[in-house]
Amino acid sequence: MGTEATSQKGFMGWLNKRLPVTQFYKDHLSEYYAPKNFNFWYFFGSLALLVLVNQILTGIWLTMHYKPDAGQAFGMVEYIMRDVPWGWLIRYLHTTGASAFFVVVYFHMFRGLLYGSYKNPRELVWVFGMIIYLALMAEAFMGYVLPWGNMSYWGAKVITQLFGAVPFVGDALVEWVRGDYLISDATLNRFFALHVVALPLAIVALVVLHIAALHTVGSNNPEGVDIKKHKDENGKPLDGIPFHPYYTVKDIFGVGCFLLVFLFIVFVKPDFGGLFLEHDNYVPANPAVTPALIKPVWYFTPFYAMLRAVPDLQLGALVMLLAIVVLFFLPWIDRSPVKSIRYRRWPYKVALGGFALSFIALGWLGMQAATETYKLMAQLFTVYYFGYFIWLFFYSGNEKYHEVPERIEH
Amino acid sequence: MTENVNKSRRNLLLSTGAVGVVGAGFAAVPFIKSWLPSERAKAAGGPVKADISKVEPGQMLNVLWRGQPVFIVNRTDEQLAVLPSLNDRLKDPESASAIEPDYVKNINRSIKDNLFVVVGICTHLGCSPKFYPDLVPQQFDSEWKGGFFCPCHSSRFDISGRVFAGSPASRNLDVPPYMFLDDNTIVIGVDGENA
Amino acid sequence: MKKIVLLLLALGAASLSMAAGDSFVNEKAHNNIRSTDSLRRGAKTYMNYCMGCHSMDYQRYNRVAKDLGLTEDEMMASLVLTDAKYTDKMEIVMTPEQSKTWFGIAVPDLTVIAKARGVDWLFSYLVNFYQDEKQANGWNNLTLPNASMPHVLWEMQGIQKAHFETETDAEGNEHTVFKNFEQVTEGSMSQEEYRNTVRDLVNFLDYSSEPAKLIRMAYAPWVLLFVSLFTFLAYMLKVNYFRDVH
Repeated sequence: MGTEATSQKGFMGWLNKRLPVTQFYKDHLSEYYAPKNFNFWYFFGSLALLVLVNQILTGIWLTMHYKPDAGQAFGMVEYIMRDVPWGWLIRYLHTTGASAFFVVVYFHMFRGLLYGSYKNPRELVWVFGMIIYLALMAEAFMGYVLPWGNMSYWGAKVITQLFGAVPFVGDALVEWVRGDYLISDATLNRFFALHVVALPLAIVALVVLHIAALHTVGSNNPEGVDIKKHKDENGKPLDGIPFHPYYTVKDIFGVGCFLLVFLFIVFVKPDFGGLFLEHDNYVPANPAVTPALIKPVWYFTPFYAMLRAVPDLQLGALVMLLAIVVLFFLPWIDRSPVKSIRYRRWPYKVALGGFALSFIALGWLGMQAATETYKLMAQLFTVYYFGYFIWLFFYSGNEKYHEVPERIEH
Repeated sequence: MTENVNKSRRNLLLSTGAVGVVGAGFAAVPFIKSWLPSERAKAAGGPVKADISKVEPGQMLNVLWRGQPVFIVNRTDEQLAVLPSLNDRLKDPESASAIEPDYVKNINRSIKDNLFVVVGICTHLGCSPKFYPDLVPQQFDSEWKGGFFCPCHSSRFDISGRVFAGSPASRNLDVPPYMFLDDNTIVIGVDGENA
Repeated sequence: MKKIVLLLLALGAASLSMAAGDSFVNEKAHNNIRSTDSLRRGAKTYMNYCMGCHSMDYQRYNRVAKDLGLTEDEMMASLVLTDAKYTDKMEIVMTPEQSKTWFGIAVPDLTVIAKARGVDWLFSYLVNFYQDEKQANGWNNLTLPNASMPHVLWEMQGIQKAHFETETDAEGNEHTVFKNFEQVTEGSMSQEEYRNTVRDLVNFLDYSSEPAKLIRMAYAPWVLLFVSLFTFLAYMLKVNYFRDVH
């Protein structure tokens, strides 16, 4: 396309001698070869980036109108919703974006499970992704406290109380996190600082690392075969296509599909039936009255269900923590040389399907009032959740699988 | 792939790009408009009432409207009488480029001849001018006939807020919209016909 | 894509089952915030009967006027009953501390009550008052048992008594179950008229909980239409490019 010539001359030439802009563009877009067979599951990475940009932009605008003050915070949100021109739209983009972030990230992670994207040589990509997921949870939790509704308040109280499960220093730690003997103005202020400055910085840095690690080893694909094994005389993978323009164009279509669903929710159903914006959070924070049913927002409920399933606080907190930690080790738990589910046999397919179902079931149970039946169900699904990893470790060590093709055939 | 730019692809690129740019333009509107004064700011910047019954001739009342000083001056007949004689010393005697409601487009720049209402902000760099009502020579002007003097950069205005030639300010003082509720009550910030 | 839709449906269904909590919500509001007439009647009821105790601290009179299609003069004359200014928020003189001393409870602000409780709850609450001598103020409520609020609209609805039955379930536990209401004193309105009045009031509360709903519902079709157009073009473009890929 003539970039060779222009990149050495004129303004671009001047610039490239000082900052390798053209080289960067080539390495990551026009000459980054991605497998030609990406399906819709591969939309969610770029969509996560889109949602991140949305959160940062709308977040910056929200801070322009909000005050992290326990006496004013609840009113500030209503001020944004009514008095600030278009404030309602900016806030709904942010609140819906928070839930959309988790929807997109859960699909993105499940894509990794389906096609073995966490396996050698992409272990580090997976680990960075998991750290992003952790940071995202902290970010979302602290953001949820800022409207200072009653669910914000009691959610913050319950979650910070979890630090009390740490042996020996637990109670002191809880006080330290809250900066007070209860959830108060001090807590709100520090959560605001972490939510709008510290964690977004960390997340952006981690996203850069996540993508840098990915582009070092190249993208996986639904077939799970390595496209770098077969290259043409120019050293380009035979089954690869340049990310730009092919996947930029395809991802733009993905963005369109996403925006249709996303903006439908923003404009028509922003509360999403109390799932994205909970009913009890329209009551101002009240340290004297606990909401009838304390539950976190939907994206935390699978882990919340595990916490409640264990009849001991310390053990429950440990189980919840392990449920996330175990995911970090997935690249080493799954020892099978086959990446894609397409070439693994039925026991794996059934087990992974069950794993996804148990996660969704736990998510649903985490929203319900804790009856004995539900508790028993949550215990069963928790056992399945952990059992899956133990089973996978042994099963994948000596797994029978279908023959994996050398190249992508279509 | 290199040079066979096919026509349908170019059309699609252009149309998708155009719709995308228009969409981005729409998306930018809420972000830009959210910087406009909010309803709270508008409510706080709403019309201000003032009681003018106690303002004697030659005196000035200073009220705040939208956080700005607004001068209400009860001018003496003597002060009014000299106004036409100042015209050739002024930059804009007819107030052609002044910011003021149409109903004060007269030599006195007021609804009632004597009662002058003006935003007390110098049109140069926003200081608040001082009120020098007496028709006596001043340090800054040996032919002073009463008016306003800005201590920041020595802009001089007559008692109708018209700027003298040789001042750094280039526009006459602004007159806010105002109306009278009755003989003793004035409302600043609202036009008579809109209320 | 099908899986996403399924998941969204599942999430939606879960939220529905949550909304129908354990409080006694036996009626549907069936209100329509696009009906300006209903909103005006509801606003009138609110100002006359509710705002003595319940503030609407986050809503402004001029916003109500604008959204209800009233001029400043109409608004000030018919709906602003205090000495508030047109641009003021709908605040009341009584502070939460005072109400706590006087009524034993901080009377809640009602700006976003429809978001917190839901319109069906509010409607049920307002029709489910009954006379109860055991209560300090002489009233009780099926939807919010032992409510501290008296039946402010009783002159309209009249006075009703509630009849309960004791039932024994399969496990031998006794439950008190509501059977029916008996009208003791006629009100100034028929039951039908009263329900319409309550519906208008709930409608106004629904509107007040989110005035932006009127705007966003008006924009929604155009936004979605525009994004559909964009997505269609992007799809065509993607198909065009992937003709290169074999």
